[in-house]
Amino acid sequence: MGIKILTEHINVPGIETLEVYRKHGGYRSVEKALKTMSPDEVVEEVKTSGLRGRGGAGFPTGMKWSFLAKPEGIPRYLVCNADESEPGTFKDRYFMEKTPHSLIEGMITSSYALGANTSYIYIRGELMFVLRILEKAIAEAYAAGLLGKNILGSGYDLDLHVAPGGGAYICGEETALLESLEGKRGNPRNKPPFPAVKGLFASPTVVNNVESIASVPWIVNNGGAEYAKIGIGRSTGTKLFSCSGNINKPGVYEIELGVPVEEFIYSDEYCGGIWKGKQLKAVVPGGSSVPILPANLITKTAAGEDRLMSYESLSDGGFVSGSMLGSGAFIVFDEDQCIVRNTWNYARFYHHESCGQCSPCREGTGWMEKVLHRIEHGHGHQQDIDLLVSVAKQIEGNTICPLGDAAAWPVASAIRHFREEFEWHIKHPKEAILPGAVYRGQLATIEA
Amino acid sequence: MPETTDDNYKMAETINEVKFSDAGMAEIQRYISHYPEGRQKSAILPIMHVAQAEFGGWLSPQVMDKIAEILNIQPIEVYEVATFYTMFNLKPVGKHVLEVCRTGPCCLRGADQVIDMLKEKLNIEEGETTADGMFTLKPVECLASCGTGPMLQVREKFYENIDSEEKLDQFLETMRNTEVETPYHQAN
Repeated sequence: MGIKILTEHINVPGIETLEVYRKHGGYRSVEKALKTMSPDEVVEEVKTSGLRGRGGAGFPTGMKWSFLAKPEGIPRYLVCNADESEPGTFKDRYFMEKTPHSLIEGMITSSYALGANTSYIYIRGELMFVLRILEKAIAEAYAAGLLGKNILGSGYDLDLHVAPGGGAYICGEETALLESLEGKRGNPRNKPPFPAVKGLFASPTVVNNVESIASVPWIVNNGGAEYAKIGIGRSTGTKLFSCSGNINKPGVYEIELGVPVEEFIYSDEYCGGIWKGKQLKAVVPGGSSVPILPANLITKTAAGEDRLMSYESLSDGGFVSGSMLGSGAFIVFDEDQCIVRNTWNYARFYHHESCGQCSPCREGTGWMEKVLHRIEHGHGHQQDIDLLVSVAKQIEGNTICPLGDAAAWPVASAIRHFREEFEWHIKHPKEAILPGAVYRGQLATIEA
Repeated sequence: MPETTDDNYKMAETINEVKFSDAGMAEIQRYISHYPEGRQKSAILPIMHVAQAEFGGWLSPQVMDKIAEILNIQPIEVYEVATFYTMFNLKPVGKHVLEVCRTGPCCLRGADQVIDMLKEKLNIEEGETTADGMFTLKPVECLASCGTGPMLQVREKFYENIDSEEKLDQFLETMRNTEVETPYHQAN
């Protein structure tokens, strides 16, 4: 058992209430920051910690904070991105549902550091039940003088509100989120200007993921240098992983970054191995957008070293033989899963979720879905695989926001690592469409 | 059930007056108060959620016009938002809308089979409503419940680990005996 920064008290009965949360050391960081530290000192601690954005991009949080423009007389905003919609990701929902005060504490301390007097938590609309849990906890915090005017007598004011989305993956992209928070369609904005200069209501804004914000209290309490000692290399601290698919123990696990992938998959402490005694086929280690890796490349790098659960190790080998840590959504495939079917499923997702603003994404995701659908359903053409590669290339890097890349990578990587499986579908359409049919390497077998 | 936009309008015309409950209106005002002066439009998504809960699970043109009136914006500004976000139903729906996750991680644990079983048991296709008006089948994308799939959502509740036919039957039976409640009535 490694150190738990975010989930140490998550299973304590009543931790969702202010009383129990405070009994377990809750809101200490608010007292410490507001009474003994300047906002800039808090920012410095977060910079020192090496904390990287937990939403998927992995950009250093402290650095993002230091970009925030501070013009006189213009309000600044902190917006928490709780729009968790990346397929495979459910850590933020789990965390907010179980321990809402942890996020609120992080919001207060972080808002103070940024000089924001109004902050928002934008949560996906499907999680309305979590919104109600958060609102209840916020009401408790107001009543205890932890929110509102003159918090704990420090002279600092903060209002905190929760805003629901309406069911759109794209609103997890920070500028689409801001558009949505302003009551508009979730079309990502052109950058620059970046939100740090012109964000919510055209004011300087920081948008951070739930887990990033929730890591701040520990950093304030214990110091950035202590946080930086946890983890491995530039992957400091602990990270929540959402584990799903064909494993014995799906769920959310907080680990110190640097645990070997093999241990993570097979240890009873984490995923507990592949279910029903089956073999591992592939893993998508960071959410549906990141490249899929076959079993041999997920546990070892191309150079034969143990792959670790860290930003650097998971991306070792680039897109040729590596993937990304992303949002930490660890999706595991057993030997019975069809990669073509899964890739079609993801392509359908991205087509459905494309906002339609940029032609390469709007049209390209539709093409990919259509072509993958026909391959999966026994109508594939010989040239379809190259067509998919070409469409994916034309989307990647040619759109306003990263949804285009997110749509292209799963398709490109599935073909890179499982090309034979796609070819088999095209060459043997009648076998491939049988229920449960799966390509098993050279010894293709069919199970009905 | 109406199939065309015209049908929707005809059906909607039978609604005499769009009037939110007092609790619903209080909820709307509370959301509006969260935003700075002149930025009241920001509250449009939460208001649409309240409206959908109050008026039978969908947004009729009349309801959307009412929202425009409350926010003092043009009706088109409500329509363009309502059509962008998938949680808002623009056609009448059944009493319980079964929003089944159909995305990758849930499919690894049998979501496709759950959708097929629902089609067969309810004798409807995706997007359709049962003849008795009880259920609408609406497959949706990832609901952040991948560790507990297959799963589905009905209004504000998640029903998770629906991994056998027995559990699905049990769920349907429960829903048949479940009345629709507006959640903020309890919250306030």
